[in-house]
Amino acid sequence: MHSMETRRKVERIVVHVVLIFFSIIMLVPFIWMLLTAFKSVSEATQIDPFVIFPTVWTSEAFSKVWSNMNFLLLYKNTLLLIFWRVVCAVLTATLAGYAFGRLEFKGKNFMFSLVLFQMMIPAQIFIIPQYLMVSKIGMTNTIFALVFPGIVTAFGTFLLKTAYMGLPVSLEEAARLDGCNIFQSFLFIMSPLTRSSMVALGIFTAVFAYKDLMWPLVVNSSANMMPLSAALATMQGQYQSNYPQLMAASAIACVPMIVLYLLFQKQFIEGIATSGGKL
Amino acid sequence: MTNSKSEAKAPAKQKMTTWEKNQLFWGWLFIIPTMAGLIILNLYPIVNTIYQSMCKTGDFGKGNVFVGFANFSRMFGDSEVWQALINTIKYAIIEVPFSICFALVLAVLLNRKMVGRSAYRAIFFLPMIVAPAAVAMVWRWLYNSQFGLLNNLFGLKVEWISNPKIAWISIAVIGVWSILGYNIVLFISGLQEIPHDYYEAADIDGASGIQAFFNITVPLLSPTIFFVLITRVIGALQVFDLIYMVMDQSNKALPKVESLVYLFYRESFDFGDKGYGSTIVVLLLAVILVVTVFQMIGQKKWVHYE
Repeated sequence: MHSMETRRKVERIVVHVVLIFFSIIMLVPFIWMLLTAFKSVSEATQIDPFVIFPTVWTSEAFSKVWSNMNFLLLYKNTLLLIFWRVVCAVLTATLAGYAFGRLEFKGKNFMFSLVLFQMMIPAQIFIIPQYLMVSKIGMTNTIFALVFPGIVTAFGTFLLKTAYMGLPVSLEEAARLDGCNIFQSFLFIMSPLTRSSMVALGIFTAVFAYKDLMWPLVVNSSANMMPLSAALATMQGQYQSNYPQLMAASAIACVPMIVLYLLFQKQFIEGIATSGGKL
Repeated sequence: MTNSKSEAKAPAKQKMTTWEKNQLFWGWLFIIPTMAGLIILNLYPIVNTIYQSMCKTGDFGKGNVFVGFANFSRMFGDSEVWQALINTIKYAIIEVPFSICFALVLAVLLNRKMVGRSAYRAIFFLPMIVAPAAVAMVWRWLYNSQFGLLNNLFGLKVEWISNPKIAWISIAVIGVWSILGYNIVLFISGLQEIPHDYYEAADIDGASGIQAFFNITVPLLSPTIFFVLITRVIGALQVFDLIYMVMDQSNKALPKVESLVYLFYRESFDFGDKGYGSTIVVLLLAVILVVTVFQMIGQKKWVHYE
């Protein structure tokens, strides 16, 4: 018994050592980003001696990038992109998910096989024609252009269909006996029960929209219509070697998302687990 | 079942029940937004991309000219495309196994009651919500051969991202770092499905944590592992953001790092040759379909379903 306890203790210590080691690796880039952002250019590029902590903490880099880049506008663009993508994806996927999951009608299976087919295709296939469509109707450099590829979602439809299929049949039968028509039973009885899947899809869509880089670069070349990701990419070209400013801009772009994530960690992780687990 | 169906069918030829009519009406009404969107945004683009892969992109004002398989024969003779394909596969060979193995171990370690568990989880999941553009800028700075943290901390003089021999590994390391948290989330939710009794029984029998890992966790988690493997391989074959952000066009290691999607982007949008860009992305589609088929076959051999 005694050796068992010692063994457990050793195991526990080893576990923490491994976890702490990986935690450090995960955190170093963030810490280094912040430390550099608070340095002056000369201190950031000093190697003899190499400076880890700023000797003088200066917010100069932050104020410079803040005045050079219109972050408020970039945030507004990013938020609008996320907002419209989430609204469109959740709305269309909920409707279609309900029809595919709960109703029987002619053509359903064929239409759903089209949905599944598209889930297997890499998204880059769509980009050139999508860009040509947006540019043909003269909508490049608009929020609409940013949202465009995400108006509907094959994956979300699949996710919501699975959620609806998991609900008991008796619920809807009871609703029908009470005189609900299909739309009423969808709206008042069934859709509230899939809330966790809707949240999962919303979170997944939001993160995806925030991280997407190629599409915004392709479709919105005007600096005023970019979301954060594309603006960072463009900025890197302009500020090549001003590392404190590059790091300050990265920090301004990341920190609000990190704060949101820490606040809603539980919902966020559940959302990724539910949606990612079915992707 | 068949009986009642044929019975129902006979009179239905004349008229459907109100219930069936309602389902038909609402069903189509509900799927129309999604289906119309998918047809315009995805289905038509697939056909159009394949068509464009057989076109020469016209100069300004001129339309596309159909050239048959000319782009494909150009591509098959284009050593840069082959190199990009090799680079992409090399990237996947590092990113996928490492991100899966590390994530599996960390998920198992995190899947128990202990001090600091939620803090560890918060830290591991952090990269998931950070824009790859920012991640890449920070890593590029860490890798900087003159002023970077890595070289100065360990007294090295390595050209992490400009030495063609190691740059692809450096990029893949960022890939592993970025995707680790995502894999951990999926593994943890898979681990929670494994009944706790199994571990208790193993513990009573005196099995060590490592024995339990290989004899209980890995076999019972194999559907999740397989699923993560598929999505991760397909994701890795589409790598773009990291390479675009970390590798300057003047970087001498670029030819040994650039991926298929990177080439696709450059040809289509920097050079404006959408025909050739389409050809490259059709190759990517073919590669991904081949991988999917191989994995479907492999699945039967080693995945343990309960």
